[in-house]
Amino acid sequence: MKTDDLVKMLAAGVEPIDARPMARRFRLALGAGTLIAVALTAGILHLNPALSRYLSEPMFWIREAYCLALSAVALVAVHRLARPGRRLGLVPAALALVVIAMWALAVVALAQASPQRRPQLVFGATAAVCPFLIALIAAPLLIAHLWIMRNLAPTRLALAGAAAGLAAGSMAALVYTLHCPELAAPFIGIWYLCGILIPTMLGAWLGPALLRW
Amino acid sequence: MREEHLKRLFSQSLAGDEQAYGQFLTELSALLRAFLRRRLARLPDQVEDLVQEILVAIHNQRQTYAAGQPLTPWIYAIARYKLIDLLRRRSRSDLLHDPMDDDAELFTTADAQAAEARFDVAKLLKGLPDRQRLPIWYVKIEGASVADTAARTGMSVAAVKIGIHRGLKALAATIRSTA
Repeated sequence: MKTDDLVKMLAAGVEPIDARPMARRFRLALGAGTLIAVALTAGILHLNPALSRYLSEPMFWIREAYCLALSAVALVAVHRLARPGRRLGLVPAALALVVIAMWALAVVALAQASPQRRPQLVFGATAAVCPFLIALIAAPLLIAHLWIMRNLAPTRLALAGAAAGLAAGSMAALVYTLHCPELAAPFIGIWYLCGILIPTMLGAWLGPALLRW
Repeated sequence: MREEHLKRLFSQSLAGDEQAYGQFLTELSALLRAFLRRRLARLPDQVEDLVQEILVAIHNQRQTYAAGQPLTPWIYAIARYKLIDLLRRRSRSDLLHDPMDDDAELFTTADAQAAEARFDVAKLLKGLPDRQRLPIWYVKIEGASVADTAARTGMSVAAVKIGIHRGLKALAATIRSTA
């Protein structure tokens, strides 16, 4: 076929673009992913019975803010990397800032604690399972984010997959706070981050295979 | 200059202006052709295939362009992605040595000498299911309206639109596997 004929064909009867139906499906996918993540947390794990007592703890809210901030920055990264020709801009710096802020809090907490109490701040009671539980909860969210990306046009596939994984992991960490009994900054700075990095690496690995178009 | 001109045409296209869209795609294909001639100096017979593959990709992904966003990087990212994809598929790693990170180069020269691709989109259409092939055939090739096509095929208006959309996506996948 001549290119001129293809041009005619593509242009024929072209309709105005309406992005709303797609945006609605994306919101539905994210909503479903989040719901399944919450159901996994409430069903397989259980909601932390002491949750209401935590509400008066500043560290509870700092933990929520940490997960929320990572989720928000990761969602910006997903939005940009899913579309051709968009730059990441300040996204890497913003991510680093959030992580470093938690590490700074961790250093302060460790410095103020007595030497005997320090291992407790780092390992808590659940360090061995925390990263894997976050990764498990992230699974439905990773599927949702990768599905959304497949409907768009990422051009840097490993990076786009990593962003999908980061968003899934951060949102999963936020959901996991409904169960997690740990409030120490060193614990969150290490094990939450490890849990978030599992889906991130998985996404980077899956991206080139799943996101091609 | 060219960026502004093409951006205006593309914005009108996204609003449903068929004539602007035809002009946009024609001018764009000339730019892509010149760009790919230089990039695929050793694979000249692939140039027109890739021009068409990129045009279909741009059409299918046009909802990922945000109004006001610079157009050159958007198009360049798609063209570059499809070029690298082609080279990777051919696993001709020797062609990748040329660094490709200069989008300014894309809009410098135009080559309006439209040629024929080795694959035939009209033939590829035949491989699609009726619910996609018929809407594309009537609306996109014969130039019938969506409403007429719906009446002729017994499909609903929404189904005709979905058929065109999905059919062009399927077509892009077929082009990709034949090229």
